[in-house]
Amino acid sequence: MAMDAAEIQRLIKEGIPDAVVKIEDLRGDGDHYAAHVTSSQFAGKTRIQQHQMVYQALRGNMGEALHALALQTAVPAE
Amino acid sequence: MSDNPVFDRIRQEIDQNQVVLYMKGTPIFPQCGFSAAVVQVLSELAVKFKGVDVLADPSLRDGIKQFSDWPTVPQLYVKGEFVGGSDIIREMFETGELKQYLEQQGVASAAVDA
Repeated sequence: MAMDAAEIQRLIKEGIPDAVVKIEDLRGDGDHYAAHVTSSQFAGKTRIQQHQMVYQALRGNMGEALHALALQTAVPAE
Repeated sequence: MSDNPVFDRIRQEIDQNQVVLYMKGTPIFPQCGFSAAVVQVLSELAVKFKGVDVLADPSLRDGIKQFSDWPTVPQLYVKGEFVGGSDIIREMFETGELKQYLEQQGVASAAVDA
């Protein structure tokens, strides 16, 4: 079971519409990605809450179809 | 939220131990790269912690994810609070935030005690 980068990008943007998403396929096996997500909706939230927003956008795939997603979140610079 | 019986066990563990790492494998034999990464960060900071192997207990492996509403393992708890998974712990370690947070929480590293 795996996911492709476009699918991850689509889900995150559907869940967090203004998100700027950069995805890197770490091993080319569809199971190990790094994602950098920037969104103004992260403002004022802890890192844990920001990451939880991304996991919710991924609708339960995280930890299931998607084994590893090295995640970094950020708020757009003013 | 119906209380999962495993939640009592988790609450007890994180209350009775200053630092608890729910991980795959043990601190000596981590079974997953992400768990190993957090073990390494904690040993570099010389922090004593209790490692809990979720692979040894499937109900704990799922229960811990529901408990913290966090989909993956490892999960680090300090003084009963969920601090993060391997991404957040590594990021906090690299920025020096983790060391500062542990000191603020009064979690002395072994090196300082010696």
